[in-house]
Amino acid sequence: MTSIDNDYLLDILQEKLGTDLYHSETTYGILSIEINRHKNIELLTFLRDHKELQMSFMTDLCGAHFPDHKNKELVVIYHLHSLVNNIRLRIKCFMPETEQVIDSAVEVFPAANWMERETFDFFGIKFKGHPNLIRILNMESMTYHPLRKEYPLEDASREDKQDKFFGR
Amino acid sequence: MVKQAPMPPGYEGPGFFATTLDKTIGLARANSLWPLPFATSCCGIEFMATMASNYDLARFGMERLSFSPRQSDLLMVMGTIAKKMAPVLKHVYEQMAEPRWVISVGACASSGGIFDTYSVLQGIDHIIPVDVYVPGCPPRPEQILDGIMQIQELAKNESLRRRNMPEYQALMDKYEIK
Repeated sequence: MTSIDNDYLLDILQEKLGTDLYHSETTYGILSIEINRHKNIELLTFLRDHKELQMSFMTDLCGAHFPDHKNKELVVIYHLHSLVNNIRLRIKCFMPETEQVIDSAVEVFPAANWMERETFDFFGIKFKGHPNLIRILNMESMTYHPLRKEYPLEDASREDKQDKFFGR
Repeated sequence: MVKQAPMPPGYEGPGFFATTLDKTIGLARANSLWPLPFATSCCGIEFMATMASNYDLARFGMERLSFSPRQSDLLMVMGTIAKKMAPVLKHVYEQMAEPRWVISVGACASSGGIFDTYSVLQGIDHIIPVDVYVPGCPPRPEQILDGIMQIQELAKNESLRRRNMPEYQALMDKYEIK
């Protein structure tokens, strides 16, 4: 069996995506690609069903918030793993804060169900087509998405922490 | 060596001893408290040391820890309480029968401690009334024992009908406990 390395993987991805592949780099030995977010489901399905790659395992799905990146404030990151070839891939889909919607990957990888709920819970990213997009870790009564940078980390109900004791 | 609880004040004569009912019951309650440990993190580990032979909680009449809220008198909250766990803790408190006391062990249970963040309850006194706070992060077993002795003092000296007092009712109403 031929071993598949990052360069070969990138060749396959470039052929598949063309101009929808915006950027690629290798960090810690794992290939990271930045793609057009409207192509996410198409690419995930392609990689899962690819005869040679067989990237059948979604190890992680998470979000991140970069308030200083103009029109690329929010990002959804997929981590795929090919158990047969022992190769991993990171896929990043950036989106502007004004349009925080992306297609849900639940149909492709059922593992995405709870991870998309978590990403929605903490970042407020809407996953179109998700069967049950409600909070998973935080209180249902919470009114904001706590890992967005515009919200303070400290809890508003804290009483014993006065600024004068912290030199603020 | 068996240490006996001191006698309450009263009148003693040949063959009889007269004292007040609330002192007698207070004495019995204080020396047979059944604690319910609600241990969620490192303070719970300190409590395990407090329970074990070196510090020996059994000396205070707490040989048996009760894991049923219906049978326990003292709720010991030890550790960080996440906001999602707050309704559970309140439910446990509501299931306890009177008389009931609460001891908040450690910085997290008392004020949120270092976890000043969106997911952590900033002190259990936001949801249930607390009788004794034990400071420390985590407190030493000696400190926990001191807190328990404070609870014993409360049990000895409180009115038997504490739950009928208007102040107590007002406190319960404040926490919306029926």
